[in-house]
Amino acid sequence: MAIVPACAEPRHYTFGRTPTDAEIAAQNIDVRADGRGLPPGQGSVAQGRDIFANTCAPCHGDKGQGLLSDRLVGGFGTLKDHNPVRTVGSYWPYATTLFDYVRRAMPFSAPGSLTDDQVYAVSAYVLSMNGIVADDAVLNAANLPKIAMPNRDGFISPDPRPDVP
Amino acid sequence: MAGFSVTRRRGLLAGAATLLADKRAGAQEEAPPWMRQQGSPVANPPYGVPSKFEGNVVRRPRVALKFPTASSSGTPLQDLHGIITPNGLHYERHHAGVPAVDPAEHRLLIHGLVDRPLIFTIDDILRFPSVSQIHFLECSGNTPEFRDPKPDWTPQDTHGLLSCCEWTGVPLSTLLAEVGVQPSARWILAEGADAAAMSRSVPIEKAWDDAIVAYAQNGERLRPEQGYPLRLFLPGFEGNMSIKWLRRLKLGDQPFQTREETSKYTDLMPDGKARQFTFIMEAKSVITRPAGGQQLRDPGFHEITGLAWSGRGRIRRVEVSTDGGTSWRAASLQEPILPKCLTRFRLPWTWDGGPAALRSRAIDETGYVQPPREALVDVRGINSGYHFNAQQTWRIAQGGAVSNAV
Repeated sequence: MAIVPACAEPRHYTFGRTPTDAEIAAQNIDVRADGRGLPPGQGSVAQGRDIFANTCAPCHGDKGQGLLSDRLVGGFGTLKDHNPVRTVGSYWPYATTLFDYVRRAMPFSAPGSLTDDQVYAVSAYVLSMNGIVADDAVLNAANLPKIAMPNRDGFISPDPRPDVP
Repeated sequence: MAGFSVTRRRGLLAGAATLLADKRAGAQEEAPPWMRQQGSPVANPPYGVPSKFEGNVVRRPRVALKFPTASSSGTPLQDLHGIITPNGLHYERHHAGVPAVDPAEHRLLIHGLVDRPLIFTIDDILRFPSVSQIHFLECSGNTPEFRDPKPDWTPQDTHGLLSCCEWTGVPLSTLLAEVGVQPSARWILAEGADAAAMSRSVPIEKAWDDAIVAYAQNGERLRPEQGYPLRLFLPGFEGNMSIKWLRRLKLGDQPFQTREETSKYTDLMPDGKARQFTFIMEAKSVITRPAGGQQLRDPGFHEITGLAWSGRGRIRRVEVSTDGGTSWRAASLQEPILPKCLTRFRLPWTWDGGPAALRSRAIDETGYVQPPREALVDVRGINSGYHFNAQQTWRIAQGGAVSNAV
């Protein structure tokens, strides 16, 4: 593997330019596990219920049980079963990933069409269906990263392979 | 004196002439139609396509498509030769379909823990010094044989999410040197311009090593299905990480924990824990002929041929068994043998007409041996989903029908 250079080298070429703050802001949509990147705004479970019924239920089922698309709810304690059920609640390590993914990729037919408030609301509703937040929860940039997901410690890294004798 | 009578000679000549006439008339009568008229003109079509007689050599999905844009299609490995995958047959795995990106509008933004963020047009990227490397690309979900393999599967079904091209582009290290990477940067978020805004975290060591920001495959600009106008290419890593339609690279001090590296592309173990960041595609091989779905016409000589590859470097050896793994013979490897690239292997074989079980196993330059299915499942269980690289067995029945040994 190459060694990471320690010093800041000057530019070698003249092409490419400094992006404007607006250009960066328009694309800078990622949300980290520590919450960095979460936008201002908020959304309640109640608001999320309405959005989910209209926008998400057609594919994910009215109770998030999965129809055409992935099941979102339940499956707790099944990860060692012959047929494990991996959902947002039973498997995902971070609630922030839910916000990040819904914001960039959902709904399937019109990705990126929800407002930030709506994404907070839908995230709150999905988490409430999983019993992870209360039915009257209102999520925002401050409390979303603090949510303790049940499978937070369920992942192993770095890669232990080769592993087959 | 009795001589060669004029009559006889005339007869002989006449006979010879008749013979010649017969031969010429016979040649004209027997000549196929394509020899008796002009063929198609040049540049017709301007972008050449295969013979219509090869119309069955296409990409195919393995299963019926619930979501045609969030699906995959496999390369017809059994119908290919050598190691190169033609661009129109490169496998696909998309999560939101193929975007029609306008290269004049598209930009690559590099920002985050850098000294100077930069934004590039495609023309800018094309100006940088370039490299070309021949590498395989494989989906880590290839070969879904942990659970429910089907006996009628062909190599396209079992191993089709695998292709190999010459990739040309700018080394990512060249671009990183331009922006100036800060010492605290350990991970890079790579993000695409498809409707899923597909995103993965790339360890910075890989970025400095052999990662390419690619704009060409097999000599021409990327196909839309492979990420036109720009993609990330990470040799030897699981295919999902080679982000297509690349629009942004953001340097950070932690992995970004995207959906594709938490909910998906993590490998559930029997103890209920899941492995995360399993980047490397381990050594693997498959016989492509004779293989599932094919029919051996008669006993006698048949060349066993297939492909071997490893994300850890070069293939060192491929061994082939015709008795289901009891005895093995070394196959010959096609040169050049390149790192993190398909290697074609061949073994001459005489089929006696009876039942047989063909399988191959690859050994790579690290000494790693492609395991049999039992050994893999013993460690991984049956729910890890990804990275199934066990030996593949094809069963030949009496009469020559070949099927997937399940």
